[in-house]
Amino acid sequence: MKSGSNLERILESGQFAVTGECGPPKGSSPKVVQKKGELLKSCCDALNVTDNQTAIVRMSSLSGCVILQGIGLEPVLQMVVRDRNRLALQSDILGAVALGVGNILCLSGDHQKFGNHPTAKGVYDIDSMQFIRMVKTMRDEHKFINGEEISGDVPLYIGAAANPFADPFEFRVTRLAKKANAGADFIQTQGIFDVARFAEWMKMVRDRGLHEKTHILAGLIPIKSVGMARYMRNNVSGLSVPKELVDRMADAKDAKEEGVKICLETIEELKDIEGVHGIHIMAVAWEDIVPRIVEEAGLMPRPVV
Amino acid sequence: MIVAERKPMEEILSMIEDANRILVLGCRGCTTVCCAGGPKEVQELATLIRMNRKQKGTTVETLEASNELQCEPQSVGPLLEKLADQFDVILSMACGAGVQTIVKSFPDVRVLPALNTNFIGMAEEHGVWTEVCVACGDCLLGRTAGICPMTRCAKQLLNGPCGGSMKGKCEISKDVDCAWQLIIDRLTRLGRLEVLEEIYPVKDWSAGWHRGPQKIVREDLTS
Repeated sequence: MKSGSNLERILESGQFAVTGECGPPKGSSPKVVQKKGELLKSCCDALNVTDNQTAIVRMSSLSGCVILQGIGLEPVLQMVVRDRNRLALQSDILGAVALGVGNILCLSGDHQKFGNHPTAKGVYDIDSMQFIRMVKTMRDEHKFINGEEISGDVPLYIGAAANPFADPFEFRVTRLAKKANAGADFIQTQGIFDVARFAEWMKMVRDRGLHEKTHILAGLIPIKSVGMARYMRNNVSGLSVPKELVDRMADAKDAKEEGVKICLETIEELKDIEGVHGIHIMAVAWEDIVPRIVEEAGLMPRPVV
Repeated sequence: MIVAERKPMEEILSMIEDANRILVLGCRGCTTVCCAGGPKEVQELATLIRMNRKQKGTTVETLEASNELQCEPQSVGPLLEKLADQFDVILSMACGAGVQTIVKSFPDVRVLPALNTNFIGMAEEHGVWTEVCVACGDCLLGRTAGICPMTRCAKQLLNGPCGGSMKGKCEISKDVDCAWQLIIDRLTRLGRLEVLEEIYPVKDWSAGWHRGPQKIVREDLTS
């Protein structure tokens, strides 16, 4: 075992994993994190705690992780290279391990231009690929990025992101291969609405044998309204929302119900794709729908390994 | 070349408010090429200054000249020595290096910048320049098909495009090309895309602007 986390045990034992997401508040109250955690507790194997997502300042990811652990949940510490140089990243990693965090997701981060501090200086000292490799070196060789020894163990299950919907399409698999080679034990993908394109990407992934090198968790974003579908289609870079899906939401009598239906249908299709080892549900501002989705997708109760 | 732009006229005029004998000093190097501070722009600026003073009913003497390269002390020295006593203030139309070369050679002369120095760039077409180099001191163009991700990728990524690259454009703006799309296209054309399979190691930022002020000493050239 690399970290012995619940997520690692589930994935390494060949079971279908379910992860969720918990965005910390724009404030200092631990209750917000606890509330989201309680909602998702029984239906997720681990919960990602986002790191100033969309470049908007929030409570730190590490604090969110510790708060979730306090109520018996397993967190995935998200960390972006936008806000920290290699010193800060490594020091926070040691701190996270000291506080019992066992999973990490290594990301570039949304550009600061999109957030609420658009005039900030982006750090980008290292990139997400180098970040993954750095964590692996810390864990497997007990060494910092400069080669110096680390005292003690750094048992972390290492995750990374992949976006099958960004361009250039063919290079997306190469990038996944690089992440797997760098040390990514698991991958959480961008939210999937275009299953055909995702399936095409997965075929390329299997052709290179990457589904056996790393565990791929397919990303899902439940859609709450036609406005949300439209916004994601037109404004979010790196997302592919087919027009038919927007139309379906527009025609629906009950948009929320339709959103749940779409999500469940997508999960069914994803389960049939060879190499998909789980799902990652990003229900931003709609956390309370997740238990129902997981239940109706036939993924309850969550395995105990 | 170094690409610069003239400061807004208001700012220039307020800097020279108390000066009555002004040497407007251009540079025949980069700022001539980018049409910001060559002999033509020197003449224009001097004219604008005189017109402004005339409107205000005050007088001003302007002297116009240009160096070969204002960032070369040998180019600056003889000219300024010749013109000494004919001006109170130098309004430099060179880049920041030009301004500071005068400062270093002539400690008693007041020098003001008429330009904002913007970037190291190239001309796209007449009147359009783009930034292409950040002078990082650790050039990796040999690996990236001659396209610089340090300058042209908003996240300065070294291992391929982030998840925000769409239809050849960067997530920060539809007007900005994704540097990695350009790199991948060019490597594909050259039949060398496989170089991107390797993980590029972390960058040595100490070679560039993160180290603080830099200096190069070539012992073969110094006496």
